[in-house]
Amino acid sequence: MRLSPDQMIFWQHGFLKLNGTIVFTWGLMLVLAIGSKLITRKLSTGMKRSRWQNLLEILVTGIGKQIEDVGLKHPEKYIGFLGTVFLFVALAALCTVIPGFEPPTGSLSTTAALALCVFVAVPLFGIEEQGLWSYLKSYAEPTVIMLPFNIISELSRTLALAVRLFGNMMSGVMIIGILLTITPFLFPIVMTVLGLLTGMVQAYIFSILAAVYIAAAARTRKPKPEPAPEI
Amino acid sequence: MDSMTIIAVASIVTAGLTIATGSIGPALGEGRAVATALSSLAQQPDASATITRTLFVGLAMIESIAIYCFVVSMILIFANPFWNHVIAGAAQAAGK
Repeated sequence: MRLSPDQMIFWQHGFLKLNGTIVFTWGLMLVLAIGSKLITRKLSTGMKRSRWQNLLEILVTGIGKQIEDVGLKHPEKYIGFLGTVFLFVALAALCTVIPGFEPPTGSLSTTAALALCVFVAVPLFGIEEQGLWSYLKSYAEPTVIMLPFNIISELSRTLALAVRLFGNMMSGVMIIGILLTITPFLFPIVMTVLGLLTGMVQAYIFSILAAVYIAAAARTRKPKPEPAPEI
Repeated sequence: MDSMTIIAVASIVTAGLTIATGSIGPALGEGRAVATALSSLAQQPDASATITRTLFVGLAMIESIAIYCFVVSMILIFANPFWNHVIAGAAQAAGK
């Protein structure tokens, strides 16, 4: 019983291994990059545009609006990172309908890498918004006694992101695999649809949580001067 | 019972108990969360986007607990280090 695409080895040469996770990750990256390049070759600003451009515009404005709803005032600064994470995880979940494809997010390596990206991005955006000293002071925010707890909560949030995504993706693949040996036709299709739904929800959850963490770090803490009340 | 049997029985029983008891709490919590979200949607339908998004984020956090239990029971069944160690020892003893 295969626990993750790490164990599908396509090619091996001594120490280097080309396993399923790497192959599928690169496949997804190529699809996303080449697809976007092809669609954005001839952009039109008028009323008449191709449906692929429509699709991309829906995606970009939708993600930008979600980022703004979370509390980040200028979504164009963050949409590069957050949008890419969402598109990668969502496409990985969608492509499970292709026979033979195992989502690379079903391997703890991929989800740990994505969670580490968020772990690095949160202080980066926080320091960019607030400055280094103000961001570091926010760790001692209610009192200095909370300093170790704030640090531990940062680390545990990252771990939770990785394990949540890994658990959801792996369980979907494994349940379908187990059911295929029991009831070959109808039930696995129903479970595949459920796996698609949870995959898209998990993609949304991952990027929204990353946006919430970045918003918490980038929140400016200097109180704005109140305008004097008119008498 | 020799140690191989004890390890096997303990792993299987623990895996089943982990996922069984680990799903009770999150299921109850998610039920309460959805019920409260539905009643607040009925009270304020125009805030439905915010309520829905917050509901999903909260459900994901609650679900994580069940996912942790699931991962532990999967490790006990499929990637059990104690079982692998004992199997390697038995293979070595049989090969001698």
